Amino acid sequence: MFLLHEYDIFWAFLIISSLVPILAFWISGVLAPVREGPEKLSSYESGIETMGDAWLQFRIRYYMFALVFVVFDVETVFLYPWAMSFDVLGVSVFIEAFIFVLILIGGSVYAWRKGALEWS
Amino acid sequence: MIIDTTEVQTINSFSTSGFFKEVYGLIWIIPILTLILEITIGVLVIVWLEREISAAIQQRIGPEYAGPLGILQAIADGTKLLLKEDLLPSRGDIRLFSVGPSIAVISVLLSYLVIPFGYRLVLADLGIGVFLWIAISSIAPIGLLMSGYGSNNKYSFSGGLRAAAQSISYEIPLTLCSSTVDIVEAQSKYGFWGWNLWRQPIGFLVFLISSLAECERLPFDLPEAEEELVAGYQTEYSGIKYALFYLASYLNLLVSSLFVTVLYLGGWNFSIPYIPIPELFRINQMAGIFGMTIDIFITLAKAYLFLFISITTRWTLPRMRIDQLLNLGWKFLLPISLGNLLLTTSSQLVSL
Repeated sequence: MFLLHEYDIFWAFLIISSLVPILAFWISGVLAPVREGPEKLSSYESGIETMGDAWLQFRIRYYMFALVFVVFDVETVFLYPWAMSFDVLGVSVFIEAFIFVLILIGGSVYAWRKGALEWS
Repeated sequence: MIIDTTEVQTINSFSTSGFFKEVYGLIWIIPILTLILEITIGVLVIVWLEREISAAIQQRIGPEYAGPLGILQAIADGTKLLLKEDLLPSRGDIRLFSVGPSIAVISVLLSYLVIPFGYRLVLADLGIGVFLWIAISSIAPIGLLMSGYGSNNKYSFSGGLRAAAQSISYEIPLTLCSSTVDIVEAQSKYGFWGWNLWRQPIGFLVFLISSLAECERLPFDLPEAEEELVAGYQTEYSGIKYALFYLASYLNLLVSSLFVTVLYLGGWNFSIPYIPIPELFRINQMAGIFGMTIDIFITLAKAYLFLFISITTRWTLPRMRIDQLLNLGWKFLLPISLGNLLLTTSSQLVSL
């Protein structure tokens, strides 16, 4: 990445846009008042006293969604170059890509039927 | 930045005069600063537009005290948030708490690199283009998870997880639909009827819904739902960090609207039939600063049309539940977008 000169402006823009929150925090650190108090440091639980620990047990269904997302994201990464340069490739490539998408649709149907996409 | 010949001549004339010799090396920073200025003004305009349009829909008057017609409302809000005390949760992870909104803002700002505002008026003419936006917008859920976890509040944590699940669920239909479009130059071949809006109507609808869900706008508003989760992952934030989330939300909305314009609505081409202004077409093909200004104006006008649609949708439709939302993303939009991809490619194959 460091040898590709067309990305120079990307790095410059990254540095400049990371200055935006830094600048915001600094200005706020200078201008904003600080008046500590015990009530201010407690967590918000709609006005009542907090009950129990602050960290929930992580539910497995978030992980299932993320897992299925990773599978489909990698599929999309593979489908992108095919979709872009589609017209110069032949029919045989189309059939191969079609089989690939069918395999992944099979995986999607499996995940659906097994309940990986349920939120209950 | 890829710039037109007239700009190159202007810059060359600057470089020949010896006074500007040392400034010439830093000339690359001017397009970046121009874009940042444009983005800032865009956000101010969007905040004002949102207040005015929502007021009009709800049959009341919008902001009217901050400046004439309430134009300075966004600046007033920003200044107020800047001056508020920055509360840090007592047992939360302070570093994650601060870095979370920063990542959300930075990842959205970086997407502005690849938007073309006119013919070759793009900040980074990368070969990957749209894919850079898709890749960088996938970093935003990390910021949401960090802010939810670092808040030391079970409701924030739960809200952050839900927001991240929503974000990643709608990435895939977004990516698949943007892979089937050919961008502005190919659309301009056929004029108004060549816009991808007509050639890919299913893709357009799926893209619109997915980008609304990515921006966490109503009807996909659950991370900010006031009744269900207080304010979700934003509960413990005050002052400028809250303002950064607010900013990231509107920036995301603007960049999504710009991408919809470029991918589906013909970008900077102005070729609506039945409008009898042929001299405008001749001006459109004219090179030079005036042509570029017209292109930018057309792109922004189309993007603001989408903003209007997004804001109106927000105040029209009720909020969706989290399971309805995820079902829509995985069980409805994903098969439709895969089908759209296969349909597009097979119809192109047949016509070859």
